[in-house]
Amino acid sequence: MRLIQETDFGTPASRAEKMITLSVDGFDVTVPEGTSVMRASMEAGIKVPKLCATDMVDSFGSCRMCLVEIEGRRGTPASCTTPVTEGMVVHTQTEQLKSLRRGVMELYISDHPLDCLTCAANGDCELQDVAGEVGLRDVRYGYEGDSHVTARSGDQPNMRWMPKDESNPYFTYDPSKCIVCSRCVRACEEVQGTFALTIEGRGFDSRVSPGMHEDFLSSECVSCGACVQACPTATLTEKSVIEIGQPEHSVVTTCAYCGVGCSFKAEMRGEELVRMVPYKDGKANRGHSCVKGRFAWGYANHQDRILNPMIRDTIDEPWREVSWEEALSFTANRLKNLQKDYGKESVGVITSSRCTNEETFLVQKLTRAVFGNNNTDTCARVCHSPTGYGLGQAFGTSAGTQDFDSVEQTDVVIVIGANPTDGHPVFGSRLKKRLREGAELIVIDPRRIDLVRTPHVAAAHHLPLKPGTNVAVLTALAHVIVTEGLMDEAFIRERCDWDEFQDYAAFVADPRNSPEATEAMTGVPAAEIRGAARLYATGGNGAIYYGLGVTEHSQGSTTVMAIANLAMLTGNIGRPGVGVNPLRGQNNVQGSCDMGSFPHELPGYRHVSKPEVRDIFESLWGVTISSEPGLRIPNMLDAAVDGTFKGIYIQGEDILQSDPDTKHVAAGLAAMECVIVHDLFLNETANYAHVFLPGSTFLEKDGTFTNAERRINRVRKVMSPKNGYADWEITQMLANAMGANWTYTHPSQVMDEIAATTPSFAGVNYDLLEEKGSVQWPCNDANPEGSPVMHVDGFVRGKGKFIVTEYVATDEKSGPRFPLLLTTGRILSQYNVGAQTRRTANVMWHDEDRLEIHPHDAEQRGIRDGDYVRLASRSGETSLRALITDRVAPGVVYTTFHHPGTQANVITTDFSDWATNCPEYKVTAVQVTPSNGPTEWQVEYEEQAKQSRRILHAEPAE
Amino acid sequence: MALDLSPDFSDDRIEAIVDEFSNLEGPLLPILHAVQEELGCVPREALPVIAGKLNLSRAEVHGVMSFYHDFREQPAGRHSVKICRAEACQSMGGDRIAEHAKGRFKVDFGETAPDGSVTLEAVYCLGLCACAPAAMVDGKVVGRIDEARIDAIAAEVRL
Repeated sequence: MRLIQETDFGTPASRAEKMITLSVDGFDVTVPEGTSVMRASMEAGIKVPKLCATDMVDSFGSCRMCLVEIEGRRGTPASCTTPVTEGMVVHTQTEQLKSLRRGVMELYISDHPLDCLTCAANGDCELQDVAGEVGLRDVRYGYEGDSHVTARSGDQPNMRWMPKDESNPYFTYDPSKCIVCSRCVRACEEVQGTFALTIEGRGFDSRVSPGMHEDFLSSECVSCGACVQACPTATLTEKSVIEIGQPEHSVVTTCAYCGVGCSFKAEMRGEELVRMVPYKDGKANRGHSCVKGRFAWGYANHQDRILNPMIRDTIDEPWREVSWEEALSFTANRLKNLQKDYGKESVGVITSSRCTNEETFLVQKLTRAVFGNNNTDTCARVCHSPTGYGLGQAFGTSAGTQDFDSVEQTDVVIVIGANPTDGHPVFGSRLKKRLREGAELIVIDPRRIDLVRTPHVAAAHHLPLKPGTNVAVLTALAHVIVTEGLMDEAFIRERCDWDEFQDYAAFVADPRNSPEATEAMTGVPAAEIRGAARLYATGGNGAIYYGLGVTEHSQGSTTVMAIANLAMLTGNIGRPGVGVNPLRGQNNVQGSCDMGSFPHELPGYRHVSKPEVRDIFESLWGVTISSEPGLRIPNMLDAAVDGTFKGIYIQGEDILQSDPDTKHVAAGLAAMECVIVHDLFLNETANYAHVFLPGSTFLEKDGTFTNAERRINRVRKVMSPKNGYADWEITQMLANAMGANWTYTHPSQVMDEIAATTPSFAGVNYDLLEEKGSVQWPCNDANPEGSPVMHVDGFVRGKGKFIVTEYVATDEKSGPRFPLLLTTGRILSQYNVGAQTRRTANVMWHDEDRLEIHPHDAEQRGIRDGDYVRLASRSGETSLRALITDRVAPGVVYTTFHHPGTQANVITTDFSDWATNCPEYKVTAVQVTPSNGPTEWQVEYEEQAKQSRRILHAEPAE
Repeated sequence: MALDLSPDFSDDRIEAIVDEFSNLEGPLLPILHAVQEELGCVPREALPVIAGKLNLSRAEVHGVMSFYHDFREQPAGRHSVKICRAEACQSMGGDRIAEHAKGRFKVDFGETAPDGSVTLEAVYCLGLCACAPAAMVDGKVVGRIDEARIDAIAAEVRL
């Protein structure tokens, strides 16, 4: 292993098809038209000295180091800003260039400290490298003059000097080391799209300024790290590098936060992680990152992490730390006895969307092959199960149709029920980049999310619908497209079932589905809907990106179908730049669904009732698989309360905090006799557990994650598991304790088993992933290199299916007792229930959940900003502090669910999607009243949680 | 203690100024000029309002404003005296004149006298090199300045 050094070509690649040949220092090189001379030289293997150029941002031409001579041209043009021309003859090293560069470098160094030996960037400093490249040997100007370098100048304070800004928890800004190359400013603008940085002043006064000469933390900075990565000096440096030193080897792996699935280099010193740096060859993120993946990995070493297995007979006892053998035999005996007393169907599993494909495959195999039932479900139940069902029905596959690169060719984007800049920040940045290039945006969301208006990006239409009326709005959009004749008839005739289309067209054209007729119900002005429909239908490549604001409704599956209808209606399927793209919440939610986590489906979305599918697994595993679908999570909990479901193995999920109607979840868990929690931390669910199996982090194991674009990315082990075993090993030990005879020695063997049994994965193996970096399923004989875009020549199911999407209002309605509608979401710095991010410095940005309420609703109730309020629904009540804002419409309130103390899911009801039981998180009728502090439930819960987390540590061995 | 000269203004007024110019291509500089014209300076608190209206970040607006020395965060004194510090004027004794002016007005370059009477500033070339050293008093150029002229100007502005 070594430290991976990615080549910096200096300027971005050109996408032109025309090729140009030129000569650089006597070598011929052929590059696409539009390439810079600097990049062409680098392609030829000749590095021109440079400071302000880097290939993540456009060329700028300010540092005057990359000068070259071109035959037939006067002067010494900057190679970064000079495009290549046919037959150009370039010299990168001449006597004149040598002396110019050395002179410029001397000026740079005359205002830069000479503390290289003790500098944090020592070993990773481009300024130092370039000083070496140009042969700088002397600085004739001395250090007595004006400079930014020292705090004092003689006996006077130096007014030019600025102290180090350490406000950001993850990196420092040291203005005394800045060479004002503007790379950070441009990275913030071009890559991240936040525009939080600028160069203030002019001439010698110029300095990088976050916001208006603020510190980083109080500026608009979102801490994505793009500036730190771009900085060629120690001006912007990770605090971890300052503390530890430079890494010595690195391993490419995949982030374990959201469904974007960014590739990172884990830069290591021994087994210590020094920093995570986004990998430029990562096809999902293209070298970009967000605050979570880049910096928020400290939870892996957090003191709360449990490293030893623990058991207890009943949940009112304290935990006992025991050996792995004892924990596993205790668990296996309990499960076997439960199955003996209450039947084979009395136990089950919940797989994790946080774990690898291989781990998830083994967990569902555990229940199907060892427990002998199909009682497996996964957290996708509560997020994207309607996507699986809806897209499966319409197109024939349960996944998004595009890769993320596709957004670069999109002309009109609809974002519905998603907040990419917070939930999927790296995709959000890629989207914003395309919008700045001129693509149009339509946002359908009850809340004014950042994308609606953020520097240099503004939505053409924001449709602020009432929560729960997605189907009505989408059908109204289709109404406009059909009645105004804006559909793509040729596409529909060729690719879809024409009879079904005619039924559908008659339905949507009905005047009761017009924007005018539904305006009162949806709250969206009819003119906005008409404008948005025309734009999407006629604006060029149209792409739809959606999130949980679509799926987590009683009509979640219907909404997904309505989205599919819109895409087919306008011919926006089957080529780059278009498509239907679910933004998956968790790193491996796509993978966990693919791996057969659902109770009715074997891996690859094949129904358990099909004997030919069961045959494949039965013959390989040597067992009989039940043909009856098993229980879904809500059914498991119901059955537990009824006394028929007794034991559950939950890997990497906190259902007590994340699932709706907390009190019902608690009652179900309390009624079970063997709850096994396999996690990093004693999560909320563990309060009801009898067995705790300590889990491993993504840094501690090998495997694969599948992101929202169906991309299978490698996860690579960079350190030994602190708990002793990777999660797949623990599942295998549990299976073997139950009498199975599994003998996997590496996750690649599990992937081989997946490939051997699942047609869409048939071509996937670790050697291919090693070679290609990543691959998008389906990957098989027909698509040996995977499938970036799906449904290219026809839909997977054959003809695309138009489905009539009748709007049925949810039973969860506001009324006199509960006049407001609560909807939920997340925030950039925190992730889901916060188990990881709450254990990092990310809490500096968000240390509590707040209730967003419109000024009008707040005033009516006498609520001031920051007041504690009681939030009550038909299910329960909780309390939290109010945040008064007009981001939400009157009648709507909003909160995040990152902190367990908030207990937002005490409020949510047990209404769910008609097809998949995905809970209706996004609509709850509530009342908000002033309050003095936590509710009785919150106080009791806190006390119970404290009691149930007591641990008796094992006696040290004699 | 120096007088607090910060102007009173409302966000609405700033927004109205932005609206006046927002149809221009590249409206930021004309807006900053108009705000300074009306308020005598561009108060820091006005920048986020301008940024919000133009859909820019506040960093960008700060970057533009701080680039131009003529945009000021605090109002200037009642009179403005700018002395050229560029090469031609320096060669004609500009350094000496500058020192004299600082002493006479009891302020450094970029500062306003405590009584608010005058702001002294350095400029770099007024295009009057033929009559160096040059200065500008309340928008009018003055050539061939010497100690006596400075004293006369001082007497005038301190009236």
